[in-house]
Amino acid sequence: MKFSEQWLREWVSPELNTQQLADQVTMAGLEVDGIEPVAGEFTGVVVAEVKDKQPHPEADRLNVCQVDDGSGALVQVVCGAPNVAAGQKVLFAQVGAKLPGDFKIRKAKLRGVESRGMICGASELGLEAEASDGIMVLAADAPVGRDARDFLNLDDNAIEVDLTPNRGDCLSVKGLAREVGVLNRLAVTAPGIEPVAAQIDDTFPVTVSAPEACPRYLGRVVRDVNVAATSPLWLEERLRRSGIRSIDPVVDVTNYVLLELGQPMHAFDLARLNGGIEVRMAAAEEPLTLLDGQEVALRDDTLVIADEKGPLAIAGVMGGEGSGVNAETRDIFFESAFFAPLSVAGKARSYGLHTDSSHRFERGVDAQLQRDAIERATALLLEITGGKPGPIIEVASDAALPKAAVVSLSGASVERTLGMALPDDEIVEILERLGMQVAANGDSQWQVTVPSWRFDVSIEADLIEELARIHGYNNLPVSRPNARLAPAVANETTQPLTSLRRQLVARGYQEAISYSFVAPELQKTLDPQGVAPALANPISSDMAVMRSSLLPGLVKALSHNLNRQQSRVRLFETGLVFRGELDSLEQTPMIGGLITGARLPEGWNGGRDKVDFFDLKGDVEALLALGGNLDAWRFEAAEHPALHPGQCAQLFFNGEPAGWMGALHPAARAELGLKVEVFVFEITLASACAGRLPRFAPLSRYPEVRRDLAFVVEEGVHVQSLLDAIRSQAGEWLTDLRLFDVYQGQGVADGHKSLALGLTWQHPSRTLNDEEINQLVDAIVTDGHTRFGAALRA
Amino acid sequence: MEHLSTLVDEARTAIQAAEDVQTLDEVRVRFLGKKGEITALLKGLGKLSPEERPKAGETINEAKQLLSGELDARRNTLETAALNARLAAERVDVTLPGRGEPVGGLHPVTRTLERIESFFSHIGYGVAEGPEIEDDHHNFEALNIPSHHPARAMHDTFYFDATRLLRTHTSPVQVRSMKASEPPLRIVCPGRVYRCDSDLTHTPMFHQVEGLLVDENVSFADLKGTVEEFLHAFFERDDLEVRFRPSYFPFTEPSAEVDIQCVMCAGDGCRVCSHTGWLEVMGCGMVHPEVFRHSGIDSERFRGFAFGMGAERLAMLRYGVNDLRLFFENDLRFLRQFS
Repeated sequence: MKFSEQWLREWVSPELNTQQLADQVTMAGLEVDGIEPVAGEFTGVVVAEVKDKQPHPEADRLNVCQVDDGSGALVQVVCGAPNVAAGQKVLFAQVGAKLPGDFKIRKAKLRGVESRGMICGASELGLEAEASDGIMVLAADAPVGRDARDFLNLDDNAIEVDLTPNRGDCLSVKGLAREVGVLNRLAVTAPGIEPVAAQIDDTFPVTVSAPEACPRYLGRVVRDVNVAATSPLWLEERLRRSGIRSIDPVVDVTNYVLLELGQPMHAFDLARLNGGIEVRMAAAEEPLTLLDGQEVALRDDTLVIADEKGPLAIAGVMGGEGSGVNAETRDIFFESAFFAPLSVAGKARSYGLHTDSSHRFERGVDAQLQRDAIERATALLLEITGGKPGPIIEVASDAALPKAAVVSLSGASVERTLGMALPDDEIVEILERLGMQVAANGDSQWQVTVPSWRFDVSIEADLIEELARIHGYNNLPVSRPNARLAPAVANETTQPLTSLRRQLVARGYQEAISYSFVAPELQKTLDPQGVAPALANPISSDMAVMRSSLLPGLVKALSHNLNRQQSRVRLFETGLVFRGELDSLEQTPMIGGLITGARLPEGWNGGRDKVDFFDLKGDVEALLALGGNLDAWRFEAAEHPALHPGQCAQLFFNGEPAGWMGALHPAARAELGLKVEVFVFEITLASACAGRLPRFAPLSRYPEVRRDLAFVVEEGVHVQSLLDAIRSQAGEWLTDLRLFDVYQGQGVADGHKSLALGLTWQHPSRTLNDEEINQLVDAIVTDGHTRFGAALRA
Repeated sequence: MEHLSTLVDEARTAIQAAEDVQTLDEVRVRFLGKKGEITALLKGLGKLSPEERPKAGETINEAKQLLSGELDARRNTLETAALNARLAAERVDVTLPGRGEPVGGLHPVTRTLERIESFFSHIGYGVAEGPEIEDDHHNFEALNIPSHHPARAMHDTFYFDATRLLRTHTSPVQVRSMKASEPPLRIVCPGRVYRCDSDLTHTPMFHQVEGLLVDENVSFADLKGTVEEFLHAFFERDDLEVRFRPSYFPFTEPSAEVDIQCVMCAGDGCRVCSHTGWLEVMGCGMVHPEVFRHSGIDSERFRGFAFGMGAERLAMLRYGVNDLRLFFENDLRFLRQFS
């Protein structure tokens, strides 16, 4: 809400400068967002009258005007504005004037004609942000020679407050003044609002069929209104300083009352109403063309103002095009109603609207305000346009009108919540300043009746907040909580995520954080079988579905970096992936990463080979080994639609699928425009974190026995299978089994490979003898031959 | 015997002439070895008369000791020289970069979240997490934001259908935690949150940490103390001014916004603080009785406070990042700055 400081100060004017006032209300919870002077800085501008206008002899678009600026002699000035005319009262910058932007007015000759000053437009004085090509024309009674700043009261500021949704009561000068009065212990002077006596008997019938939604409806006919009249300058200026443009006197008056009192009103063209007003719920699909030209099909949860022919307005939101005031209007029907917040709440938004009216009704308008508002509007309108008012008719349902909330408050609660006792008299004093009626109800116990404008106060905590707010949050004490500390149990076998992250960081990975919603096509390429929920209202088409895998985000980040000359990329991310339909959705934490480019950064010491599958596998193993449980993991050759069929492993943890790793499929890379090889992994976080509790085994004092074996097997035999087979035959004293060479080439038949293995045995309590080891080796060799056709290399 | 002195001279010359340990060893063998020339003299003592023997033996032993000493000294010299030569040969340029993989780095948001979690876990808070696709109940209703509440307009929500949505804050985790356990309760809930908004100062996804403390005697003063001490610790500035401003959140009452003195300009006013000298960094308040009711906690017996902050905002202030969108581009040139 934006308001004029001068306007507020007419109601209540504490001895504070503008900044102090802004700070004060900010610290009371009405956050000031901005303070702007209502005009630019200028001097030397006065009210003047254009006495004569003649075309410029040398220029079609210029006029030579004689201006009376009150200095005694007429001043000649050349003016280019299309709307200048003799007889106008204007704002005139005299020679020597300084206009905003440090623009000095000097004597000049324009196409050979002397010009001594300038007739000003609104934007030239910083009254309007947008430049217009016309001059500003004042009312005929503007006093010639009067200083413009003084005449227009321009030493004023427009103050913007960002009000929280609970403080609908401050969406008016009246409400803000009330608050400033409370904060400064000052009385508030409201303008006198007197009932306007009816001059005619005309009324227009009103029926309220939905009293819960519309507990009060006031209407009044005003006939013979001259809509061609212009609103007075002071009114236009107040609207302008509050960010509202002047339209016509009727709309201006309703807007003025909205700003001043906080009551949204509406004016209908009486001639365009049929039969009578009915406040009712809309029928489904009833059509209505709104003031902004939008055609809507109403829903049956929407309260409307209708006549015999159909809906005229969405109650409390916006009027209709067909019944509004226009240039031909002579008779009007004013509406001043109280719509219950719940009946308006969300309606504007559901039709894609947001209006000053809906903003206020949603938050709560004082249910006692409607009569004052309609009287105020009538009086203002008659002043401007003339006309004959009829009597006010009121339809109200006492049962539906909000009841004043009565809330119990105890001093003990205040102390318990705030950590500090407030003296009883301060409690009572603050609440009374806020307009509450406070009745003592025993020792430090009160029954508090909340005023009709405070929709936000309904429980004790609300009252305590008010006490804290007015006392000042920063005057409340500061302490440390007393905690009953229960020990937190940490599971030793679960690696914390922080350790996993640091392990990858230590291996050169940068952590990425990418959006959880991705482009559907990208996801289709990287996880073609994944099913993930799509957003109903995505922010853009490339952020439309939830990620079913971390890969789309990582690949997007990769592309971003490749496009910026980063050829060596190592990234990882952790976070949820979303799989399944909404009703069977799984939100699973994962850890994933990718690498591409050189094995090591470019340097003096080699390492320029490209990374391959085993670089990534080394990283993955290092990650999984953190918990000391790498033996529970298996990597099995498998196929994944986005991965290279020959360089793809599925990971199993304790026999359960727990992830994937491999090279991106060349076809996928082609679709993604990736020219380089990329290796990726993605693992279920819970499995990656699962570790093992170390279990001590006594150290043997007896010697180890080592045998090296070289097996020749067909290329397609997986090392893992051979190792598993060897373990199954090697007996319980095998302590180490390692592959130390893989060889293909001379001496090994085509289509075969030689695998060199080192086997180590050690017995805990005795020395192993050659014979038993030989037996084990024989068993291993026989088994290898049977299962894999493995031959010992000659 | 008469040529002992000649032998000694000869040996001393040979010792000094030896340029390496091996040559020196040969000299030792030649003179002092089992078959060495001086050793031979000792063996020849038997030929002398018993009267002459002790004197001659003493003379020869003296010569032997002298040569032994010189051999050791020369050996020492040679070994030192050899070592020095080897060390000189093995000298490397220690300013060359080390070999192997340079370390990567955590994302600045993670770094920030970990710092926040660490602060709170040191004072007895646990870390709780929850789903990101939430339902209307946990994200709104249970937090006292019924469907037509104007506060919903403050949450530009991503929806999947009528009731399922991306959580707009991590507060639903508080609700879930309160439902699942009995007070006392102290948790922080870090995580991703989503709002349907994207411009210079908003990204559709960002990170929040919310905290919750519920116990029998918890006051607004405790909340102020906790928040103030956290901010002092986070910015490592005990003199950082912190102020509490009344505000509104449907799930707390009383509610406050927390401002700190601008860390960029020390409160003098700059672009970052819109020339106010203050930066809004957190929201907080006492848990609303309605929220307790939805979570099955007795609001007569228990009080609680909750606070929430944006990780990106704190990271920007802490590290001087001036563009929010950089956090999610994952540009290595950005990420490496936080290694």
